[in-house]
Amino acid sequence: MRIGVFVCHCGSNIADNVEVARAAQTSLLYPDVTFATDMMYTCSEAGQSGIEQAVQEHSLDGVVVAACTPKMHEPTFRRAVERAGLNRYMFEMVNIREHASWISKDKEKNTRKAQELIHMAVEKLRQNSALTPKYFEINKRVLIIGAGIAGIQAALDCAEGGLEVLLLEKESTIGGKMAKLDKTFPTVDCSSCILSPKMVDVSLHPNITLYAYSELEQLSGYVGNYQATIRRKATYVDWDKCTGCGRCMEKCPSKKARDHFNEDLTRTTAINIPFPQAIPKRAKIDANHCLKLLKDKCGICEEVCPTQAIDYNMQDELVTAEVGAVITSTGFDLFDHSKYGEYGGGRYQDVITSMQYERLLNASGPTGGAIQRPSDGKEPKKVVFVQCVGSRDKSVDRPYCSGFCCMYTAKQAILTKDHLPESESFVFYMDIRAPGKQYDEFTRRAIEEYGTRYVRGRVAQIYPYGEGLMVRGVDTLMGCQVEVEADLVVLAVGAECSKEAPALAEKLRISTDQHGFFTESHPKLRPVETNTAGIFLAGACQGPKDIPSSVGQGSAAAAKILALFSKDMLESDPQVAQVNLPRCIGCGKCIRICPFGAIQEVQDRAGQPKAEVIETVCQGCGLCEVTCPQSAIQLNHCTDNQILAEVNALCPPKTEESFE
Amino acid sequence: MPESYAYYPGCSGLGTSREYELSTRKVCQALDLELREIPDWSCCGSSPAHTVDHVFSSALAARNLALVEEMGLETVITPCPSCLTNLKVAAWRMQEESFLQEVNQYLEQPCKNQVQVKSVLQALVEDVSLSRIKEQVQNPLKGLKIAPYYGCIMNRPPGIMDFDDPENPTAMDQILKALGAQVVDFPLKVECCGASYGIPRQEVVLHLSGKLLDLARVQGADALAVPCPLCQMNLDMRQNQINSFLQQDFQLPVFYYTQLMGMAFGLEHKELGLDKLCVDPLPALNRAKQRQAEEQEERARKQKQRQANQSSAPARSASE
Amino acid sequence: MDPLRLDSLYDTQFVQEVKKESGQDPALCYQCGNCTAGCPYTFVYDLPVHQIMRLLQAGHKERILSSRSLWLCATCQSCTTRCPNNIDVAQIMDVLRHMARRQGYFTEKSVVRFQDSFLKSVKNHGRVFELGVMLGYILRTGRFWTDMELGPKMAFKGKLSPKPHGIKGKQEVVKIYHKFMGGPQ
Repeated sequence: MRIGVFVCHCGSNIADNVEVARAAQTSLLYPDVTFATDMMYTCSEAGQSGIEQAVQEHSLDGVVVAACTPKMHEPTFRRAVERAGLNRYMFEMVNIREHASWISKDKEKNTRKAQELIHMAVEKLRQNSALTPKYFEINKRVLIIGAGIAGIQAALDCAEGGLEVLLLEKESTIGGKMAKLDKTFPTVDCSSCILSPKMVDVSLHPNITLYAYSELEQLSGYVGNYQATIRRKATYVDWDKCTGCGRCMEKCPSKKARDHFNEDLTRTTAINIPFPQAIPKRAKIDANHCLKLLKDKCGICEEVCPTQAIDYNMQDELVTAEVGAVITSTGFDLFDHSKYGEYGGGRYQDVITSMQYERLLNASGPTGGAIQRPSDGKEPKKVVFVQCVGSRDKSVDRPYCSGFCCMYTAKQAILTKDHLPESESFVFYMDIRAPGKQYDEFTRRAIEEYGTRYVRGRVAQIYPYGEGLMVRGVDTLMGCQVEVEADLVVLAVGAECSKEAPALAEKLRISTDQHGFFTESHPKLRPVETNTAGIFLAGACQGPKDIPSSVGQGSAAAAKILALFSKDMLESDPQVAQVNLPRCIGCGKCIRICPFGAIQEVQDRAGQPKAEVIETVCQGCGLCEVTCPQSAIQLNHCTDNQILAEVNALCPPKTEESFE
Repeated sequence: MPESYAYYPGCSGLGTSREYELSTRKVCQALDLELREIPDWSCCGSSPAHTVDHVFSSALAARNLALVEEMGLETVITPCPSCLTNLKVAAWRMQEESFLQEVNQYLEQPCKNQVQVKSVLQALVEDVSLSRIKEQVQNPLKGLKIAPYYGCIMNRPPGIMDFDDPENPTAMDQILKALGAQVVDFPLKVECCGASYGIPRQEVVLHLSGKLLDLARVQGADALAVPCPLCQMNLDMRQNQINSFLQQDFQLPVFYYTQLMGMAFGLEHKELGLDKLCVDPLPALNRAKQRQAEEQEERARKQKQRQANQSSAPARSASE
Repeated sequence: MDPLRLDSLYDTQFVQEVKKESGQDPALCYQCGNCTAGCPYTFVYDLPVHQIMRLLQAGHKERILSSRSLWLCATCQSCTTRCPNNIDVAQIMDVLRHMARRQGYFTEKSVVRFQDSFLKSVKNHGRVFELGVMLGYILRTGRFWTDMELGPKMAFKGKLSPKPHGIKGKQEVVKIYHKFMGGPQ
């Protein structure tokens, strides 16, 4: 072979701590290295054309670049060597920045390490073979899981872009959390008013198929060729016949069903439509509270339904769909404040969550928009808002900031004054986070125009005192304890991952962080992609965020998919496992160990069991290679011989003398 | 349940909380809970010791833990939360080898730190069980409204004390309910009463304990129940001082919960040291009896009314 | 009120000592004030506990050790239980009190004398002699009227022993004292 070695200065990033010129020179001693040089910035245009030129001039058939992390620029250099006429896999990248220069200041040691790493790369390259990607057809349908504002936006953008969309929503109506809100910050727009048009668009768009009250059961396959199994849960109402007239709700005698939409402030009927602007506006029966389903009594809704839509014998239905890509936009849950025993642990009726307060403020809520104390229905005169309940709190495993509570608290304080001009509101905060457009001005409005009393300090305890509640806090700026006798306390509960998130992550084979939020490919530069090809993220399921950001991510995910589907065939990565059939003994260990289900059992011509890799599913993790007792299955570009070549370069086998 | 527990009475049990000591022993006896007093036990140091130095304080406690080890027993229980804290914290700190060695340098007999420390309350709820306690009840405390006050250190910090909820403990509530009493909601269950500042800074105790008595009255309690000698002293012995300080007249007896247990078990009031309480418990107990009698009368009257209303139907004999 | 020289005022050794003895890191505190909000003794403190934490972050040894608050803290654990950053604040207060004692800052004299009387009683008898503690306190402080009316009442109810309860192993307790205070072994 004729190998060229290029060692990068990376400005002073590497050159300050590694003698790059010397490292380049010594590499000429390694077998098959015919050219070596050092460069200031290898990734620059000049650098890249320098490599291409060298390949031409010196007839190189392999290139080693010693520079930064391959995660940064391996694709860059692969393309460069390809332009120079070589196969892109006849290239090895060595990390002498993160692995040497950035670890130690000892130039001597660093240089020695750089030399050893380059040697290892050279020996590997000598074992490399050219690899060619394959191309495969794709299905251009998109599955979007979660129809909150992020999912709705993504669906509309994909649909408008000409793609077929399958939109899933686990509740019986779309709209997510935004549908529950009264007004939105900082414009104080009515939430339903701005959301409904989008919801209606979704329901009417010819390219969007909406499966509400449905969940993903299973997903198999690979990018461009997924098979999704969807569970369409039994609503016990035929939605093709139901008109959403609501007569069933009026007559239903079972009135103790949990009202999730109204945050458990009230109970609702067993058969219900969550709220008037629900889409789809169809009834569903809560099987835990329906007298007919539990005890075979009643049956009134069936009698009164004008279109005979009730079907007590309905079962869950499993449907399959073939899709090419998936967006998960499953949103978030709110922190359960019963963990805060000092705030009553959920025992006090007049200590409510911000979302419950939102339902009280909302005209479509249980009180028709009248702010009332849940305990006695009276109007509160003093409302205390407590921020950071389940956020920025290591002691309850929620060290992060939820990002929107400062804003929604200011909004709720403003709305309280609108609803109850005689009331007084207090907000206990630690810091005010108002980074968005017009956000800080909005929080100042709450203080300057609406007279909200902002108190800098936490609340240590809330307890019932007479008819009201005693709130014990502190004003750290004044340096003293403070107390407020409140009529109503609203806890600004933080965001946490949705309960189903970890299970969904497993189904989609994507990662979550330690808090259950889905992990993006790169926190700065690739916020809507995952490390699993074809699976994208949008909205709060990736991390707590406000509505504009969720909408932005919805559109971003749609754009990624439109780009993905702009080709009719996709390239598959050739760095996949391959089975050497003669060596394979058909033990099946690799099949069992593969986390992606990418290996299957086949029979050879003699009827013997053998392993076969489904190349398009294989993610190149290498577990099979390690597991195979026969070394029959090898990962392209990371074979046993290639790895051993590196090992031997680093630890050369001892000569005869050592065996005395 | 272990065969027997090592028992650490604590210094105040010999004096100012005599009735706690008496009633605890009587109740344990009634429940077949064998208490083996640590021979020649010494003071744990209480609060003053840990405000001076942690090794010193742990050494005073560890001397007693070493004695328990010598007794060959695995668990020591104590009625006093302050003793509980000192013994438990010493054991917790001594998990670190260097600290254990440092403490052992102070001791005549080295401590191996193999002893488990619990409160009597914990042993009653966890080891004896509520059902067994309920079985022993002869005279249920019907009609008696009790505010359960736990004190600040029995359940805190949760990482070390490791028993019951640190904001809303319910162990004593459950026992009181098993005794037939009515437990009122008491939000300041773990709010400090003033601790040992009664002598050097009296107004601190009067202020803090006064707050507790005020809340108990607002909640409609007849009396309080406590598991801590210092709390009891502050609330009971100093109630007259609190009354003068706040211009109030609380008249709220402060029972040790073991005394209430003993009463419900039908034990002699004298044996439980009820006469040793400073605020006379009798008016409250009588009030409760009266309330109970009135409620029974009311129920009987309503029953008669219902029967009278059904006069069209064949008359049924009143079930007695 | 003069400006505080943040740079020159910071007593590094003091902060290191507090960190080592308490095992807590004051850098974790983001000054939410939850400790003060729940502290029942704030009403008699000169410095609320969150300000003591702030002064600790500023390394301001003098102001902390000369405060009254250290002596009036009952280590009731309200602060520790509720701190969102899992800081054992009560432990820090205890350690600061140890340092105040060692370095001669006795700002609340009556409290110091009570603690001393108590500890002396334990040393003398092995167990607390309550009447002895009382008398010792009165003698040290000259406050003869302290709880005057309580004595007879408690004695009458048999709750105030006229005699101490000694123990056989008293010398072992004395040894602990001497080892700590550096007396004869």
